[in-house]
Amino acid sequence: MRSLSHLRALEAESIHIFREVVAEFAKPVMLYSIGKDSSVMLRLAQKAFHPAPMPFPLLHVDTTYKFREMIEFRDWYPASIGCELRVHTNREAVAAGASPIALGTSKCCGLLKTRALLDGLEAGGYDAAFGGARRDEEKSRAKERIYSFRDQQGQWDPKNQRPELWNLYNSRVDKGQSIRVFPLSNWTELDVWHYIHLENIPVVPLYFAKVRDMIVRRESLIPPEHNVLPLLPDEKPQPVLCRMRSLGCTPCTGAIRSAADTVPKIIEELLSFRRSERENRIIDHDQEGSMELKKREGYF
Amino acid sequence: MTTFDSGTVTIEEFLAQEAGKDLLRFFTAGSVDDGKSTLIGRLLYDSRGIYEDQLASIRQSRVNRSTGPIDFSLLTDGLRAEREQGITIDVAYRYFSTPKRKFIIADTPGHEQYTRNMATGASTAALSIILVDARLGVLPQTRRHAAIAGLLGIPRVVLAVNKMDLAGYDQAVFEKIRTDFLAFASRMGFEHIQPIPVSALEGENVARRGTAMAWYTGPALLEHLESVPVAETRAHPDLRFPVQYVNRPNLYFRGYAGQIASGSLSKGDPVLILPSGKTSRIASISTFDGDLETASAPMSITVTLEDERDISRGDMLVHPERRPVAARTFDAHLVWMHEDPLAPGRSLLIKQTTQQVTGRVTAIQGRLNLQTMEDSAAPILGLNDIGKVRIEASRTLLFDAYRANRPTGSFILIDPISNATLAAGMILGAVDRAAPEGHVTTSERLQRNGHSPALLAFSNRELALRLERRLFDHGCQVLASDKPVAQAELAWQAGLIVIAPEIADARVRQLDLVPLPKEEEAALDALMAYLEQQGILGVIERFDSGEGI
Repeated sequence: MRSLSHLRALEAESIHIFREVVAEFAKPVMLYSIGKDSSVMLRLAQKAFHPAPMPFPLLHVDTTYKFREMIEFRDWYPASIGCELRVHTNREAVAAGASPIALGTSKCCGLLKTRALLDGLEAGGYDAAFGGARRDEEKSRAKERIYSFRDQQGQWDPKNQRPELWNLYNSRVDKGQSIRVFPLSNWTELDVWHYIHLENIPVVPLYFAKVRDMIVRRESLIPPEHNVLPLLPDEKPQPVLCRMRSLGCTPCTGAIRSAADTVPKIIEELLSFRRSERENRIIDHDQEGSMELKKREGYF
Repeated sequence: MTTFDSGTVTIEEFLAQEAGKDLLRFFTAGSVDDGKSTLIGRLLYDSRGIYEDQLASIRQSRVNRSTGPIDFSLLTDGLRAEREQGITIDVAYRYFSTPKRKFIIADTPGHEQYTRNMATGASTAALSIILVDARLGVLPQTRRHAAIAGLLGIPRVVLAVNKMDLAGYDQAVFEKIRTDFLAFASRMGFEHIQPIPVSALEGENVARRGTAMAWYTGPALLEHLESVPVAETRAHPDLRFPVQYVNRPNLYFRGYAGQIASGSLSKGDPVLILPSGKTSRIASISTFDGDLETASAPMSITVTLEDERDISRGDMLVHPERRPVAARTFDAHLVWMHEDPLAPGRSLLIKQTTQQVTGRVTAIQGRLNLQTMEDSAAPILGLNDIGKVRIEASRTLLFDAYRANRPTGSFILIDPISNATLAAGMILGAVDRAAPEGHVTTSERLQRNGHSPALLAFSNRELALRLERRLFDHGCQVLASDKPVAQAELAWQAGLIVIAPEIADARVRQLDLVPLPKEEEAALDALMAYLEQQGILGVIERFDSGEGI
């Protein structure tokens, strides 16, 4: 028997997961981060329910520190394929001036991402939430189940995960408990880009190289947008040919010098580059195991 | 990470090649000190799968267990507890690829107390790598790992004899271990066994053949992984399409969505719909990318039929002459995964293909001794035990034996109260039971319901509703009424438990007379204890449960 190519095998597995969740949960939602993984999730969900529209809404947790181009993409793409988008922001924390400079990255993330996410999920009464996390991203993610059980506080208990066998997922939850579902668990960063290439999936233009104004500080390229970072003397944004390798909040997402302005060139760069995707994300490096700690608290 | 030399092929050519690669999922089993994490680290490292900054973060890490410059095992043990204790607790998934193929590794813990995690990692694998320390040879745990791989139907095994560097790269050491392993593993039903002598630390025979063991003429580990067939050559040939989701966006489209478990289907094929037994033909195979003429396992598709049929999730489409087994009672192997032991009789949920039904383990026929591969009598199954059991489901299940068809022969057991996943199950086969004829007897009804009929008079309405819920979750046929029940005879004959403020019947039991503590939960516990003591619950626990969800 001929086997499916690896991307078609991954696609079939992800579609199965989407359908299983919709069949078994009362009120699913998709966490929409606007990034490339979210774009791939959207395409897989379209495929899973074709010709029907997607039977669940999208939820974007907006920290108010996202790039303007991300917000433009968010407001255009999901609507263009008939998805309903909901946005949740921790208004209280934003009003109180929460920023990574004022609070430190870990507290800022805790309020604007984790807290806002938990509140947004609770407000919607969702019992299952799709997320785009992949196991190849980070060591503690490598241990995550496809169905990740969360207690009433949205917390993850890594030592007490439900065994997950074959493709038989246990969807039973009590009131207030929920499942985070990761349909892209088995995809790698390369798979994601390759699929975007094959399927011609739209992604935020920030992924493509272009001359952009950046604050250049040693090796780092810091976007000046939503400028919360105090500039050093004589420091001012200067034009650099660069792109974003992953998308997050402007103060905590660095750009990389790159001339890759098409998907194949990005893949080529990825192959030759061999630097981890999350390297320019500050949160994973606060301390060893920081992602695991955040996830225990309810982060994705 | 794929080796890609932009000097020799263009990125477009590379992507075209890449798109044709297939995917091999394998799992690794070995004990803490067999060097399993080192082997995987070495595979990832040598196939250039380790990103440079991840390596940098490991060099900074506080503990360093090995003496060499890079501790490969720190790449794979992701959780804090694991890094601190120096053992692998949970399954970690790793990804790498070579120019020939993509790989998913399920890195599973080797300790006996993590058998359940090993089963988790093995359940989706097509190949297993079993590690043996060359200095120690085949150990009891080696047998256990092989037995679990065999039980979970993994077709291919690699026996990786590791730490050959510490055994002087001695051929005799390798041959002895190979012979010892084959002596028992050849009985476990594997399609293929490949023994390979390696040194993970030195990289001998891992990603490439080394020079230290010229006497070994077989493939290096990675060569072998790149060349074994991915698809099971014994894959079940017959169509099994469990309906996962009915897609009905408008009046004109009624599609049945699912992932093909085995076999293939084509437009125009006649299909039999189970359990209804009705037939129709495939009108279309609809996908986002357009209609297909034909589709095969493991594709996720949506089909429409030529006739309007009443089909729901859990039904199965098959070719009319190629039916699966349809039965309520079957024998199975269970890997018990919960701290609370399995005692027969309790009501459980069974999830198999896309259906979920209630059922019971009616008997434990034996506990498997993984050393001798023989069953011995056991009253209960504890955490990580593997047993042979008989199961009765409340509805007919459609399946094949696990040996013949992993996707339709597998199931999980779920606790309906705590929601915990209790066990992984592998169906051995149906149990023939002559269908009883004639009038349904009282004893059959008792068996079905799992309890005696009872008429319970109780004036505390709130507590009555809570008791109804508690009994229902327990698997009972129960009805709480807030009106007096005048005609109790019918309920009694149907075998129900009825709770009402007044019941005009001589058989009524007065719950109002049972002394109850003030606190609600404690009061419910007391009521349940009373019902058990009265022989309404519990006594018949050994029998099958009633219709569930």
